[in-house]
Amino acid sequence: MIAIMEDAGFILGSYVVTFAVIGGFVWRAISSGRKLGKQIPDDDKYWT
Amino acid sequence: MTTLDPKPTDTPSDGGTVTPSRSTGTNATRVIGIAAAVAMAWLVLFALVISPADVNQGESVRLLYIHVPTIWVAYLSFVVTAVASGIYLFTKKHSLGWDRLAGASAEFGVAFVGLTLIVGSLWGRLTWGVFWQWDARLTTTALLFVAYIGYLAVRRLGGSHQQRAKRSAVVGLLSVLLIPLVHWSVVIWRSLHQTASIANTEGDIKMDGTMLFTLFVGVVAFSLLYVWLVMHRTRAMAMEDMLEDRGLDVALAERRAEGAGR
Repeated sequence: MIAIMEDAGFILGSYVVTFAVIGGFVWRAISSGRKLGKQIPDDDKYWT
Repeated sequence: MTTLDPKPTDTPSDGGTVTPSRSTGTNATRVIGIAAAVAMAWLVLFALVISPADVNQGESVRLLYIHVPTIWVAYLSFVVTAVASGIYLFTKKHSLGWDRLAGASAEFGVAFVGLTLIVGSLWGRLTWGVFWQWDARLTTTALLFVAYIGYLAVRRLGGSHQQRAKRSAVVGLLSVLLIPLVHWSVVIWRSLHQTASIANTEGDIKMDGTMLFTLFVGVVAFSLLYVWLVMHRTRAMAMEDMLEDRGLDVALAERRAEGAGR
Protein backbone atom coordinates (compact mmCIF):
# COMPACT_ATOMS: atom_id res chain seq x y z
CA MET A 1 0.00 0.00 0.00
CA ILE A 2 2.79 2.39 0.93
CA ALA A 3 4.66 1.54 -2.27
CA ILE A 4 1.79 2.72 -4.43
CA MET A 5 0.89 5.70 -2.27
CA GLU A 6 0.66 9.01 -4.11
CA ASP A 7 2.99 11.71 -2.81
CA ALA A 8 4.77 9.10 -0.72
CA GLY A 9 7.85 11.30 -0.37
CA PHE A 10 5.92 14.08 1.37
CA ILE A 11 3.86 11.72 3.52
CA LEU A 12 6.64 9.39 4.61
CA GLY A 13 9.02 12.34 4.95
CA SER A 14 6.61 13.97 7.40
CA TYR A 15 6.45 10.81 9.49
CA VAL A 16 10.23 10.40 9.40
CA VAL A 17 10.79 14.01 10.52
CA THR A 18 8.19 13.70 13.29
CA PHE A 19 9.57 10.45 14.66
CA ALA A 20 13.17 11.65 14.34
CA VAL A 21 12.33 14.70 16.49
CA ILE A 22 10.48 12.51 18.99
CA GLY A 23 13.43 10.09 19.07
CA GLY A 24 15.76 12.99 19.75
CA PHE A 25 13.68 14.16 22.70
CA VAL A 26 13.40 10.65 24.13
CA TRP A 27 17.15 10.13 23.83
CA ARG A 28 17.81 13.51 25.45
CA ALA A 29 15.39 12.73 28.31
CA ILE A 30 17.07 9.41 29.07
CA SER A 31 20.68 10.53 28.67
CA SER A 32 20.32 13.78 30.64
CA GLY A 33 18.45 11.90 33.38
CA ARG A 34 21.29 9.39 33.66
CA LYS A 35 24.00 12.01 33.55
CA LEU A 36 22.40 14.30 36.13
CA GLY A 37 21.31 11.37 38.30
CA LYS A 38 24.96 10.42 38.90
CA GLN A 39 25.73 13.87 40.32
CA ILE A 40 22.86 14.10 42.81
CA PRO A 41 22.38 11.85 45.89
CA ASP A 42 19.27 9.67 45.65
CA ASP A 43 17.96 11.16 48.92
CA ASP A 44 17.62 14.54 47.22
CA LYS A 45 15.48 13.16 44.38
CA TYR A 46 11.84 13.67 45.30
CA TRP A 47 10.69 10.88 42.96
CA THR A 48 12.77 8.13 44.60
CA MET B 1 12.18 3.68 28.01
CA THR B 2 13.28 4.20 31.57
CA THR B 3 16.71 4.12 33.05
CA LEU B 4 15.78 3.11 36.56
CA ASP B 5 17.34 -0.03 37.89
CA PRO B 6 16.71 -0.38 41.62
CA LYS B 7 18.85 -3.51 42.06
CA PRO B 8 22.53 -3.35 42.95
CA THR B 9 24.40 -4.53 39.87
CA ASP B 10 28.04 -3.84 40.49
CA THR B 11 30.38 -5.58 42.92
CA PRO B 12 33.45 -3.57 43.90
CA SER B 13 36.77 -5.15 44.87
CA ASP B 14 36.05 -4.95 48.62
CA GLY B 15 33.16 -7.38 48.21
CA GLY B 16 30.38 -4.87 48.94
CA THR B 17 27.75 -3.74 46.49
CA VAL B 18 27.20 -0.40 44.83
CA THR B 19 23.64 0.78 44.26
CA PRO B 20 23.53 2.61 40.93
CA SER B 21 22.36 6.20 41.16
CA ARG B 22 18.78 6.68 40.12
CA SER B 23 17.97 8.69 37.04
CA THR B 24 14.64 10.34 36.22
CA GLY B 25 12.82 7.05 35.62
CA THR B 26 10.28 5.40 37.90
CA ASN B 27 7.74 2.62 37.53
CA ALA B 28 5.15 5.20 36.45
CA THR B 29 7.33 6.55 33.62
CA ARG B 30 8.13 2.99 32.56
CA VAL B 31 4.42 2.12 32.24
CA ILE B 32 3.62 5.39 30.44
CA GLY B 33 6.62 4.98 28.14
CA ILE B 34 5.62 1.46 27.11
CA ALA B 35 2.02 2.59 26.55
CA ALA B 36 3.24 5.52 24.41
CA ALA B 37 5.48 3.26 22.32
CA VAL B 38 2.64 0.76 21.72
CA ALA B 39 0.22 3.57 20.82
CA MET B 40 2.78 5.06 18.39
CA ALA B 41 3.18 1.69 16.69
CA TRP B 42 -0.61 1.44 16.36
CA LEU B 43 -0.71 4.96 14.98
CA VAL B 44 1.83 4.19 12.24
CA LEU B 45 0.00 0.97 11.31
CA PHE B 46 -3.42 2.63 11.11
CA ALA B 47 -2.23 5.91 9.60
CA LEU B 48 -0.09 4.48 6.82
CA VAL B 49 -1.71 1.11 6.10
CA ILE B 50 -5.21 0.52 7.45
CA SER B 51 -7.01 3.86 7.16
CA PRO B 52 -8.42 4.67 3.72
CA ALA B 53 -7.47 7.51 1.39
CA ASP B 54 -9.79 10.52 1.42
CA VAL B 55 -12.29 11.15 -1.40
CA ASN B 56 -11.07 14.73 -1.88
CA GLN B 57 -7.53 14.81 -0.53
CA GLY B 58 -6.39 11.33 -1.53
CA GLU B 59 -3.38 9.87 0.29
CA SER B 60 -2.30 13.23 1.71
CA VAL B 61 -5.01 12.88 4.38
CA ARG B 62 -2.54 10.57 6.18
CA LEU B 63 -0.72 13.71 7.32
CA LEU B 64 -3.80 14.55 9.41
CA TYR B 65 -2.89 11.79 11.87
CA ILE B 66 0.29 13.58 12.96
CA HIS B 67 -0.71 17.17 12.16
CA VAL B 68 -3.73 17.26 14.49
CA PRO B 69 -2.16 15.32 17.42
CA THR B 70 0.95 17.52 17.38
CA ILE B 71 -1.04 20.75 17.60
CA TRP B 72 -3.34 19.18 20.22
CA VAL B 73 -0.33 18.35 22.38
CA ALA B 74 1.10 21.83 21.77
CA TYR B 75 -2.15 23.42 22.99
CA LEU B 76 -2.16 21.05 25.98
CA SER B 77 1.48 21.94 26.75
CA PHE B 78 0.80 25.66 26.72
CA VAL B 79 -2.33 25.34 28.84
CA VAL B 80 -0.35 23.28 31.37
CA THR B 81 2.36 25.97 31.28
CA ALA B 82 -0.24 28.66 32.00
CA VAL B 83 -1.94 26.70 34.79
CA ALA B 84 1.39 25.83 36.45
CA SER B 85 2.52 29.45 36.06
CA GLY B 86 -0.70 30.66 37.68
CA ILE B 87 -0.34 28.23 40.58
CA TYR B 88 3.25 29.36 41.08
CA LEU B 89 2.35 33.06 41.03
CA PHE B 90 -0.87 33.03 43.02
CA THR B 91 -0.10 30.56 45.80
CA LYS B 92 1.76 31.61 48.95
CA LYS B 93 4.33 28.83 48.74
CA HIS B 94 5.69 29.84 45.28
CA SER B 95 6.89 26.28 44.75
CA LEU B 96 9.56 25.95 42.08
CA GLY B 97 8.11 22.57 41.16
CA TRP B 98 5.28 24.40 39.36
CA ASP B 99 7.81 26.60 37.58
CA ARG B 100 9.71 23.55 36.35
CA LEU B 101 6.51 21.93 35.16
CA ALA B 102 5.65 25.12 33.26
CA GLY B 103 9.11 25.29 31.68
CA ALA B 104 9.26 21.61 30.73
CA SER B 105 5.79 21.71 29.24
CA ALA B 106 6.60 24.80 27.15
CA GLU B 107 9.76 23.18 25.76
CA PHE B 108 7.75 20.31 24.33
CA GLY B 109 4.96 22.64 23.25
CA VAL B 110 7.42 24.58 21.11
CA ALA B 111 8.75 21.36 19.59
CA PHE B 112 5.25 20.13 18.77
CA VAL B 113 4.17 23.47 17.24
CA GLY B 114 7.34 23.32 15.15
CA LEU B 115 6.36 19.85 13.95
CA THR B 116 2.82 21.06 13.22
CA LEU B 117 4.22 23.85 11.06
CA ILE B 118 6.60 21.52 9.19
CA VAL B 119 3.99 18.83 8.53
CA GLY B 120 1.38 21.47 7.74
CA SER B 121 3.60 23.14 5.17
CA LEU B 122 4.25 19.80 3.46
CA TRP B 123 0.51 19.12 3.48
CA GLY B 124 -0.08 22.64 2.13
CA ARG B 125 2.29 21.93 -0.77
CA LEU B 126 0.22 18.86 -1.67
CA THR B 127 -3.23 20.44 -1.35
CA TRP B 128 -2.70 24.16 -2.04
CA GLY B 129 0.42 23.93 -4.23
CA VAL B 130 2.53 26.09 -1.89
CA PHE B 131 4.50 25.41 1.28
CA TRP B 132 3.46 28.63 2.98
CA GLN B 133 0.81 31.32 2.74
CA TRP B 134 0.40 34.30 5.05
CA ASP B 135 -3.00 32.92 5.87
CA ALA B 136 -4.74 33.63 9.21
CA ARG B 137 -4.30 30.12 10.68
CA LEU B 138 -0.72 29.71 9.51
CA THR B 139 0.32 33.18 10.62
CA THR B 140 -1.26 32.93 14.07
CA THR B 141 0.32 29.49 14.56
CA ALA B 142 3.72 30.92 13.61
CA LEU B 143 3.08 33.74 16.09
CA LEU B 144 2.31 31.17 18.80
CA PHE B 145 5.59 29.40 18.00
CA VAL B 146 7.58 32.64 18.25
CA ALA B 147 5.79 33.69 21.46
CA TYR B 148 6.81 30.49 23.24
CA ILE B 149 10.37 30.70 21.93
CA GLY B 150 10.29 34.08 23.67
CA TYR B 151 9.00 32.38 26.82
CA LEU B 152 11.92 29.91 26.74
CA ALA B 153 14.34 32.81 26.15
CA VAL B 154 12.93 34.63 29.20
CA ARG B 155 13.60 31.50 31.29
CA ARG B 156 17.28 31.74 30.35
CA LEU B 157 17.75 35.40 31.25
CA GLY B 158 19.62 34.57 34.45
CA GLY B 159 19.06 35.55 38.07
CA SER B 160 17.82 33.37 40.90
CA HIS B 161 15.38 30.47 40.43
CA GLN B 162 12.61 32.57 41.97
CA GLN B 163 13.31 35.48 39.62
CA ARG B 164 13.26 33.12 36.65
CA ALA B 165 10.01 31.60 37.85
CA LYS B 166 8.25 34.93 38.42
CA ARG B 167 9.28 36.46 35.08
CA SER B 168 8.44 33.41 33.03
CA ALA B 169 5.12 32.83 34.84
CA VAL B 170 3.91 36.25 33.71
CA VAL B 171 4.94 35.53 30.10
CA GLY B 172 3.39 32.05 30.32
CA LEU B 173 0.07 33.48 31.45
CA LEU B 174 0.02 36.10 28.70
CA SER B 175 1.16 33.82 25.86
CA VAL B 176 -1.64 31.31 26.40
CA LEU B 177 -4.11 33.99 25.26
CA LEU B 178 -2.91 33.31 21.72
CA ILE B 179 -4.44 29.82 21.67
CA PRO B 180 -8.08 30.95 21.21
CA LEU B 181 -6.88 33.31 18.49
CA VAL B 182 -5.17 30.44 16.65
CA HIS B 183 -8.12 28.11 17.08
CA TRP B 184 -10.77 30.62 15.96
CA SER B 185 -8.63 32.25 13.27
CA VAL B 186 -10.34 30.16 10.57
CA VAL B 187 -13.72 31.46 11.72
CA ILE B 188 -12.75 35.09 12.37
CA TRP B 189 -10.89 35.60 9.07
CA ARG B 190 -11.22 34.14 5.58
CA SER B 191 -8.72 31.30 5.57
CA LEU B 192 -7.30 28.72 3.18
CA HIS B 193 -7.12 26.33 6.11
CA GLN B 194 -10.17 24.15 6.66
CA THR B 195 -12.39 24.65 9.69
CA ALA B 196 -12.48 22.06 12.48
CA SER B 197 -13.78 18.60 11.48
CA ILE B 198 -14.44 17.46 15.05
CA ALA B 199 -14.47 20.37 17.51
CA ASN B 200 -16.75 22.49 15.34
CA THR B 201 -19.65 24.70 16.35
CA GLU B 202 -22.27 22.50 14.63
CA GLY B 203 -21.34 19.57 16.89
CA ASP B 204 -21.27 16.99 14.08
CA ILE B 205 -18.23 14.91 13.15
CA LYS B 206 -17.49 14.92 9.43
CA MET B 207 -15.18 11.93 9.32
CA ASP B 208 -15.12 8.24 8.40
CA GLY B 209 -15.03 5.83 11.38
CA THR B 210 -11.59 4.34 10.65
CA MET B 211 -10.14 7.79 10.07
CA LEU B 212 -11.65 9.04 13.32
CA PHE B 213 -10.27 6.04 15.22
CA THR B 214 -6.80 6.59 13.73
CA LEU B 215 -6.92 10.23 14.76
CA PHE B 216 -7.99 9.19 18.26
CA VAL B 217 -5.03 6.77 18.46
CA GLY B 218 -2.75 9.61 17.37
CA VAL B 219 -4.06 11.97 20.03
CA VAL B 220 -3.69 9.30 22.74
CA ALA B 221 -0.17 8.33 21.57
CA PHE B 222 1.11 11.89 21.49
CA SER B 223 -0.55 12.74 24.82
CA LEU B 224 1.15 9.76 26.51
CA LEU B 225 4.46 10.76 24.96
CA TYR B 226 3.99 14.31 26.26
CA VAL B 227 3.32 13.06 29.81
CA TRP B 228 6.39 10.80 29.67
CA LEU B 229 8.63 13.58 28.38
CA VAL B 230 7.38 16.15 30.89
CA MET B 231 7.85 13.79 33.85
CA HIS B 232 11.47 13.13 32.85
CA ARG B 233 12.21 16.75 32.02
CA THR B 234 10.80 18.23 35.26
CA ARG B 235 12.95 15.80 37.25
CA ALA B 236 16.01 16.65 35.16
CA MET B 237 15.32 20.36 35.69
CA ALA B 238 15.07 19.79 39.46
CA MET B 239 18.53 18.18 39.38
CA GLU B 240 19.91 21.01 37.22
CA ASP B 241 18.66 23.53 39.80
CA MET B 242 20.22 21.51 42.64
CA LEU B 243 23.57 21.42 40.83
CA GLU B 244 23.37 25.15 40.16
CA ASP B 245 22.66 25.82 43.85
CA ARG B 246 25.47 23.52 44.87
CA GLY B 247 27.88 25.30 42.50
CA LEU B 248 26.83 28.63 43.94
CA ASP B 249 27.34 27.39 47.51
CA VAL B 250 30.83 26.14 46.65
CA ALA B 251 31.74 29.44 44.97
CA LEU B 252 30.49 31.40 48.00
CA ALA B 253 32.44 29.17 50.39
CA GLU B 254 35.61 29.67 48.33
CA ARG B 255 35.16 33.45 48.33
CA ARG B 256 34.62 33.42 52.11
CA ALA B 257 37.76 31.30 52.58
CA GLU B 258 39.72 33.70 50.38
CA GLY B 259 38.43 36.63 52.45
CA ALA B 260 39.33 34.93 55.74
CA GLY B 261 42.86 34.12 54.49
CA ARG B 262 43.74 37.76 53.77
